Amino acid sequence: MRAVWRVLRLGASARWRVAAAVALGAAAAATAVALAGTSAWLIVRAAEHPPVLHLMVAIVAVRAFGIGRGVLRYVERLLTHDAAFRVLGALRVRVVGQAERLLPGCRRLFGEGDLLARFVGEVDGLADLWVRVLVPGLAATTVGVGAVAGLTGLLPVGGLVLAVTLVLAGVVVPLAGARLARAAGRDAQPARARYQEHLLALVDGARELEVYGALDRRLDALAADDDALAGMERRSAWTAGLASAVAVLAAGGGALVALWASAGALERGSLDGAGLAVVVLVPLAVHEVVALWVPVAAQLPALAASSRRLVEVLDAADPTPVPAAPMVVPDGALAVTARHLTLGWPGAAPLLEDLSFHVPAGGRAAITGPSGTGKSTLAATLLGFVPAVEGALLLVADDGSAVAPTMADSASLHRAVGWCEQDPHVFDSTVAANLRLARPDASDEALRAALQTVRLGDWLAGLPDGLATMVGEHGRALSGGERQRLALARVLLSGARVVVIDEPTEHVDDATATVLLDDLLRALAGRTVIVITHRRDLIEHRVEQVVDVGAMSAPPSQLA
Amino acid sequence: MTPIDPRLLRAGRGTAGLLAAGTVLALASALLVVAQAWLLATGISRVIERGGPAGLAPLLGALVVVVAARSALGWAHESVARRAATSVKSTLRVRLARRAAADAVAGVGGRRADLAALASTGLDAIDPYYTRYLPQLVLAAVVPPVVILQLFRTDVPAALTVVLTLPLIPLFMVLVGKATEAANAKRWDALQRLGHHFLDVVEGMPTLRAFGRGRVQAELVGASTERYRTTTMATLRIAFLSSLVLELLATLSVALVAVGVGLRLVDGGLGLQAGLLAILLAPEASAPLRQVGAQYHASAAGVAVADSMFAVLDGPPAPSGDAAAAVPAGPLTLRVQRLSVAHDGRPRPAPDGLTFHAEPGRVTCLSGPSGVGKSTAVAVLLGHVRPTAGTASVVTGGGTEEVGRLDRTEWAGCIAWVAQDPFVAAGTVADNVRLSRPDATDDEVGDALARAGLALPGDRPVLARGTDLSAGERRRLAMARALLRRAPVLLLDEPTAGLDAASEAHVLEAVRAEAARGATVVMVAHRPEALAIADAVVEVR
Repeated sequence: MRAVWRVLRLGASARWRVAAAVALGAAAAATAVALAGTSAWLIVRAAEHPPVLHLMVAIVAVRAFGIGRGVLRYVERLLTHDAAFRVLGALRVRVVGQAERLLPGCRRLFGEGDLLARFVGEVDGLADLWVRVLVPGLAATTVGVGAVAGLTGLLPVGGLVLAVTLVLAGVVVPLAGARLARAAGRDAQPARARYQEHLLALVDGARELEVYGALDRRLDALAADDDALAGMERRSAWTAGLASAVAVLAAGGGALVALWASAGALERGSLDGAGLAVVVLVPLAVHEVVALWVPVAAQLPALAASSRRLVEVLDAADPTPVPAAPMVVPDGALAVTARHLTLGWPGAAPLLEDLSFHVPAGGRAAITGPSGTGKSTLAATLLGFVPAVEGALLLVADDGSAVAPTMADSASLHRAVGWCEQDPHVFDSTVAANLRLARPDASDEALRAALQTVRLGDWLAGLPDGLATMVGEHGRALSGGERQRLALARVLLSGARVVVIDEPTEHVDDATATVLLDDLLRALAGRTVIVITHRRDLIEHRVEQVVDVGAMSAPPSQLA
Repeated sequence: MTPIDPRLLRAGRGTAGLLAAGTVLALASALLVVAQAWLLATGISRVIERGGPAGLAPLLGALVVVVAARSALGWAHESVARRAATSVKSTLRVRLARRAAADAVAGVGGRRADLAALASTGLDAIDPYYTRYLPQLVLAAVVPPVVILQLFRTDVPAALTVVLTLPLIPLFMVLVGKATEAANAKRWDALQRLGHHFLDVVEGMPTLRAFGRGRVQAELVGASTERYRTTTMATLRIAFLSSLVLELLATLSVALVAVGVGLRLVDGGLGLQAGLLAILLAPEASAPLRQVGAQYHASAAGVAVADSMFAVLDGPPAPSGDAAAAVPAGPLTLRVQRLSVAHDGRPRPAPDGLTFHAEPGRVTCLSGPSGVGKSTAVAVLLGHVRPTAGTASVVTGGGTEEVGRLDRTEWAGCIAWVAQDPFVAAGTVADNVRLSRPDATDDEVGDALARAGLALPGDRPVLARGTDLSAGERRRLAMARALLRRAPVLLLDEPTAGLDAASEAHVLEAVRAEAARGATVVMVAHRPEALAIADAVVEVR
């Protein structure tokens, strides 16, 4: 419940819209109750054959209530939904902002299939907290309390009976139902995430699974996941039906008791016939309003679970908190110095220990070592994604001032340090948009020139829409090598003074790699370049120093 | 949309069963609604006429029975609806998974984000269709006639008022619903695009942050949500209009009945019991219809989801043909002749007229710049991609057969494959290796890992897509998987990319050993070390 409150508070900006929606919702529900009450009063009074004029007020009121309800409901629903969407926008921005801080350093916090459910499904689903829980709940409560007060004025026992049945149908039963459903809801969410993850794995690996004859086995396993999920949903089916059944019992039973009690009051003379009809029939209308609560309560456990997961992401500790006094990375050329540096991902064992080197401004160095020794962690540390475990990694300006990436002002850091990933992410957008990430104001000419430099000029010429060509999800329309080069073009455009290149010769044949490395290093002349690679043979004659971080370096003699 | 989507009706036994059971339950509850109103009206009027509770006890007793029965029927109806929804969703999920897998094998699948959205949140949108809309639809069809019949017996003018306003409700429902339907489809489409945008931004967040663009993207996500709000609110203004008209018609007819009955009571043309019964029954006639209206847009969202789903399920099936030819017996030679494969959006086929032979016991390397179609050639040999021109065939002493005509299962059983970007499932290293031969012993798995040069323990857990492994480790894992199979044909797509020289030498040695055992090896390779072990090098250009 605490998580639900946290999420509700995130929507504080829409509180006046929510308040207005509650007021309108309560008025609409009150109109329905009043229609039932005045009709009952009118019928019993009319049966006493009074002059018609005595009934005029009631007749006009009945007609007005008949019209008012629909109009009030309409405005209320629009307001509620509008408020919910505004809150949702704020929520999404918060969540993406959190991903910005956490994801580069803490990939494990965000699962693969789970991630989608969390960001799209669950955040969107939380709109129901406002639309289905908060507004109708508060509106129904207001009308319920008002009706109990009104009936108590007519016949105290009538008010008491209504209060008891309302609490039973509107509070006790939903709470009990929620308790029953909670276990099911808790079980179902992981099963659902598992199903989704397995489905995505099945699609990702479909071709290999098919070749290895494992596709049918995997589909059967997925069907078993599905059975588990369906079984959980079936088990909660009877509980949901039970809640509304008790609500019907409470409403009918209440009318029954009210009739019995008011008959006695009529005999004693403390209630007239019209009052009796009101006391018996109004509670039925109030129960119809409160019945909105029953489906809401069934949803609460799932919403609470989503809220908890959201809060978990919102509360996760930042591995690289924004420094209290961020230091601006100085303009001009930068050197990179490592002193007794130990590196590792947060929450995992250190990968590289006691590493020391110095790359002077404008110099170029290679970090080499066998696969899997954690060379890429060096890139992440230099980019400020993860803090150094021990020792220091510093950007050093000409005047000798030094800044650790995690202590730097982020905007100036991103201008200073550029990165070409080992597995570059290509966004599902145009070629131009993918390049302009690095420099939003770059001209088309600049983009073409960058592509030319990474030898994608011919590729660009062959594209149907040139720079405006869409590249698919995960850069699906690109081959591995093209993807790598596009990422290199991005780095060239960024204008960074220190550039880290992670495995640039991946997916490219040696002849092309040789040309590419020469082109790249020429294009990056004057900048400080650190190339991370396991191919010492390709890089060692092109850089001024090689830092070997692995015990088993690749002896150049292996070159054919 | 039609009131009942026929495709959902066919999707599972659940729907038809629900409608049948629902009709019986609805008829019973209609009778109970009338009974409850009659008992209450009679009770109230008798108390007023007799001035006290005299003779009330039998009525109250009957009321207890009626209320209990209504409660039980409501419970049964909802439980049945839930079960129907669950079984239909389950059926659809299974069909969706099968179809998605088949599409992915044929390389025609849509975006994986769409698929995930459909299989989870998307499918849940069908829930309200079953648990609220369909039961309500049955009630709306059964309850009003029963109630109106009783109203005619009670007070003809009141019955006529209801009969005249009631048909307007479905009429307006259809009129306004037509406007909502298209808007709902658009809304779902926007939601999917938004979800895709989200995933893309989050997956690429390290890149975005490195370029200092993370914050900007967060704002863009906010802006696209704001646009979504504006368009959705425009839809809702119309969608809710239907409910407005419906509620207006329903409550107004109740008010008109109350006023009319009141005036006839004053004239003395009607008794108190009949008057009370009329005002109790009037709202019961329109309530189910009004509820259908209220459930209408929730169900429309579900039907829009069903449309996306059936678009996937009913799409043109992947070309399978009548491939049932047996793989000829004997050592397998792969013969590729003038092979071309055209790609959408590329001016030139890749490969473009490729010809080569790969013989048993030999390592044949495909080499050439990126993008010339080396991986596509492998996909054709696998049987996943059809050639646009030319042929890929299997030649043995026993005959010649085109790959596309071979029995799928039998041909796949002959192949071990290392993909360029190998698949890694969540589980353990050993699970992933064993994929190619589930009955392999621990020793055999360990041996395959050792031959692939992957020094990871078999019980080491790995995350989905192998995100906690390096690219080189993923490739060696796939290599171990391929080695474990001892297949007559090995198709290796850059198995040594991302490996250091020592690991590469180790893997290449294992490849040679496979050829020495008699396997036909086709290897896509760039580097001199890899090309050095080839018996033949084919330059693809």
